[in-house]
Amino acid sequence: MEIFGLPIQALMSQLLLGLVNGSFYAMLSLGLAVIFGLLNVINFAHGTLYMLGAFLAWTGLNYLGIGYWWMLVLAPVVVGLFGVLIEKTMLRWLYKLDHLYGLLLTFGLTLMIEGLFRSVFGVSGQPYPVPDALDGVTNLGFMMLPNYRAWVVAASLVICFSTWFVIEKTRLGSSLRAGTENPKMVEAFGINVPLMVTATYGFGVALAAIAGVLAAPVIQVSPLMGSNVIIVVFAVVVIGGMGSILGSILTGLGLGVIEGLTRVFYPELSATVVFIVMAIVLIVRPAGLFGKEK
Amino acid sequence: MKKRWGYCLLLAAACVAPTVLYPVLLMKILCFALFACSFNLLVGYAGLLSFGHAAFFGAAGYVAGYALKSWGVSTEAGLALGTLAGALIGLVMGALAIRRQGIYFTMITLALAQMLYFVFLQAPFAGGEDGLQGIPRGRLFGLVDLSNDLVLYFVILAISVGAFALIMRTIHSPFGEVLCAIRENEPRAISLGYQVDRYKMLAFVLSAALSGLAGAMKAMVLGFETLTDAHWSMSGLVVLMTLVGGLGTLFGPIVGALIIVLLEDKLGDIGNWLASVTGVNWFGTLGDSVTIVTGFIFIVCVLALRKGIVGEILALFKRIETARQREKFPRRRSDHAHQ
Repeated sequence: MEIFGLPIQALMSQLLLGLVNGSFYAMLSLGLAVIFGLLNVINFAHGTLYMLGAFLAWTGLNYLGIGYWWMLVLAPVVVGLFGVLIEKTMLRWLYKLDHLYGLLLTFGLTLMIEGLFRSVFGVSGQPYPVPDALDGVTNLGFMMLPNYRAWVVAASLVICFSTWFVIEKTRLGSSLRAGTENPKMVEAFGINVPLMVTATYGFGVALAAIAGVLAAPVIQVSPLMGSNVIIVVFAVVVIGGMGSILGSILTGLGLGVIEGLTRVFYPELSATVVFIVMAIVLIVRPAGLFGKEK
Repeated sequence: MKKRWGYCLLLAAACVAPTVLYPVLLMKILCFALFACSFNLLVGYAGLLSFGHAAFFGAAGYVAGYALKSWGVSTEAGLALGTLAGALIGLVMGALAIRRQGIYFTMITLALAQMLYFVFLQAPFAGGEDGLQGIPRGRLFGLVDLSNDLVLYFVILAISVGAFALIMRTIHSPFGEVLCAIRENEPRAISLGYQVDRYKMLAFVLSAALSGLAGAMKAMVLGFETLTDAHWSMSGLVVLMTLVGGLGTLFGPIVGALIIVLLEDKLGDIGNWLASVTGVNWFGTLGDSVTIVTGFIFIVCVLALRKGIVGEILALFKRIETARQREKFPRRRSDHAHQ
């Protein structure tokens, strides 16, 4: 079977790979949006914490003998606690200042953590095996579906939509959204806003760590994986706007698919297509697809 | 009057500097100082934080390097082409980025610069991972041979001083005042009838062109141009230089560039020294992991030294001055109280 002169198997597998990348973009931009909503900080370190998640999985397997499933729970907890530490000791002092200082601080953190990992592990990627339960492929008739990739897409969709559900449909989420609008008023209602802020940052970076563990078997675990992805995620955030949770999920997935398709039809552009889409969106709809410019 | 003496002293120091430091290192410092000053023009006076200045710096380096090497143009034409390349890219990037504000502006510049990085990675003329090697310095106006480091140093110094004078003139011009007004209160500037986007655009292009000049000079001085100059970490480095020296101060970026370039240059020695003093061998590898140190300085600057070195010194002088004024005219305070 062929579509546009390409075997459908190749097209479908690139499409699936695009969806896999898209789910990482979605999880990362979701975390960025949640953090920005409450803290007004653009977390440049998000990519690095994603890398940290993947490295924890790798270290767990190779040095401590802890398998994939345990790390899927442990890595986000560890990275989340690290995030709490960052928030408590550094970010906390910057809320009253221009948003840009938060970006600069997390940029510095990125340089430092990435530099440390590079000096310890080098720049080459480390392989991470697919867990046994998800190894192998399923024959769907028209294509062979690698089980692990299907799992990544399904798992990140579940995580993204449960985050959406918590934020939009629960009481906790409503106080969170209220905190985004008017923190003073929420505090007056007896909600511990500083605690909520710390927890939000911890949760946001834990999302990045989950994405990192999910990514470990798909891409090589390397110190550079974080900064490679974070700039693309920034472009995704610019395209989607950070105002809407569903918006960032959809934009992330959509751009992953576009990137995958470009890899089939015009591979030279695959690294830049997201930025080109961003430029077009800025010309046509400067506020972003789902954004409301304040 | 005092200021004029300060400038003369600085210029004199720059003239005798080659007796102390290696001229190529000094030229590198000058290029980065100009780069940081033109970045500061945008962030310090117009309040626009660009995270994509590596695009102008790198692109100009590639264009100038290619023109000098493959077309064999004269030095001044190579530098002019580089500057032009910076300005043109600035025009396109500015037109897109100025549509959004604050943090989005920063992210857009970062993303567009990354796009350009991939272009240089893939474009055949840029030589991929190797970059451009063996860029000739050429002859200035076809007359002056620039292969002598000392001659080249004074040429670069003259260009840098000229560019710095231009930046200073811009900051103190009515245009610069309007930029400051936009930074302080944009809605008010709009309501006063200023076409804010046009002012921002002009500042952006000017900053991009001067960054281009700096990048072109660096490629010519060092004789090579690689992807490092177009990478996002270069954009971060120029932010760091400006931040260390002092955002929105005239001399801050120069001081910052001096410190950071010297630090990068001497970090290996510092690391070895630390390793021998503390006995921790890991310090010996510090020279290879500059980003650990630059990241650390970033964090310290943001948390504790937001005014930068020059900014803090200026603030100190101001405090001393007010204290002296109070000593001299102690009644003034009570005068104020009565009003």
